[in-house]
Amino acid sequence: MANEAQSSSMTLKLVLAWGFVGIPLAWGVTQTIINAMKLFR
Amino acid sequence: MFTAGLCWGGGFLVSALGTYAHNLWLIYLGYGVLGGCGLGIGYISPVSTLIKWFPDRPGMATGMAIMGFGGGAFIASPLSVWLMSKFSTPTHVGVAETFIAMGIIYFCFMMVGAVIVRVPAPGWKPAGYTPPVVAQKLITKNDVFVYDALKTPQFWLIWWVLCLNVTAGIGVIGQASAMSQEMFPGHVTAVAAAGFVGLMSLFNMAGRFIWASTSDIIGRKNTYFCFFAIGTVLYALVPWTGSIGSVALFVLCFLVIISMYGGGFATVPAYLKDMFGTRYVGAIHGWLLTAWSAAGIFGPVLVNYIREYQIDHGVPKAQAYNSTMYIMAGLLVVGFICNFMIKAVHARFHMKPDHEAERAQAAVAAAGEPAGA
Repeated sequence: MANEAQSSSMTLKLVLAWGFVGIPLAWGVTQTIINAMKLFR
Repeated sequence: MFTAGLCWGGGFLVSALGTYAHNLWLIYLGYGVLGGCGLGIGYISPVSTLIKWFPDRPGMATGMAIMGFGGGAFIASPLSVWLMSKFSTPTHVGVAETFIAMGIIYFCFMMVGAVIVRVPAPGWKPAGYTPPVVAQKLITKNDVFVYDALKTPQFWLIWWVLCLNVTAGIGVIGQASAMSQEMFPGHVTAVAAAGFVGLMSLFNMAGRFIWASTSDIIGRKNTYFCFFAIGTVLYALVPWTGSIGSVALFVLCFLVIISMYGGGFATVPAYLKDMFGTRYVGAIHGWLLTAWSAAGIFGPVLVNYIREYQIDHGVPKAQAYNSTMYIMAGLLVVGFICNFMIKAVHARFHMKPDHEAERAQAAVAAAGEPAGA
């Protein structure tokens, strides 16, 4: 039981940490790709 | 990291003050001096920490951190444009408010890092990881003190390796937009050139992670051999792509070149760790980054001056970059030779065991001995 709680807490931390970094980065990369597509038009 | 956050965020606030006061020197002080200190400290500290957390994959770890550094541009650039559009009024463009908002945002994000990041205990290893028993020639198990590292030929050879790799890349980054338009007049518009620059940024960022991770498998020295060999060929091919009018090949050449530019940054901390050990790798990396500063002067100066010289001597704009590309290829050959000359650090530079460590070991040994022995 304690192991399960520890495991889900760890997963939550991982999701938060990756989200903290990944969401702003994904937004920035998307904006860049949208601009970069103009090269192929 | 706390200091880095203070300097970096504070630098933006001082710049905002400079913008309000219309004082250029305050902007130099804030964004240049304070911000520069924050940038340098903030760049090195996560890299040296990650190397210690991932002794099994130092290249991947540093690649991830330095990819984040490159990736910051993807967030900062559209964010600053968006903020300026929100803060602009008919009387001003909203730069000062953008500086304030970004300074606060950066400070908050960096504080999260400062609060949660920890340095592992000495000798920490990931579960299931066993360090290789057979010693590898170019991966030391010893540490070299930071000022002793500066006395080794290896440090200066790596300095030149980084400097030459960055010189070749940084020169074309600044000129990529103009170069693509001038080499392919009528084919590449200003809008398309901006797209090309964006695509280069993506490859710059991806190269940091991919090449640095690859270096864990093929070794740092071989990774740099790849950068210099492939880079030389690609730089030499660029004038040819212009002569046959192939935009696709031109773009492809530069995307690979720029991925190796980023890869060079990301692989070098792990190279230093292999040569000088993990203990002072952060400080040694800090000293090594002077190569980046030097390259920041050499690269653009080389590209701009040679282009101007060529145009002044009647060379058509479309061919004005040819000589520069061949010179860049030549620089990479020199880099290849410097990398070739790198050997393991001589044992006389290795640190002797600390007195404290000796005392601790003696105490452990004494405690383990039978009483009265």
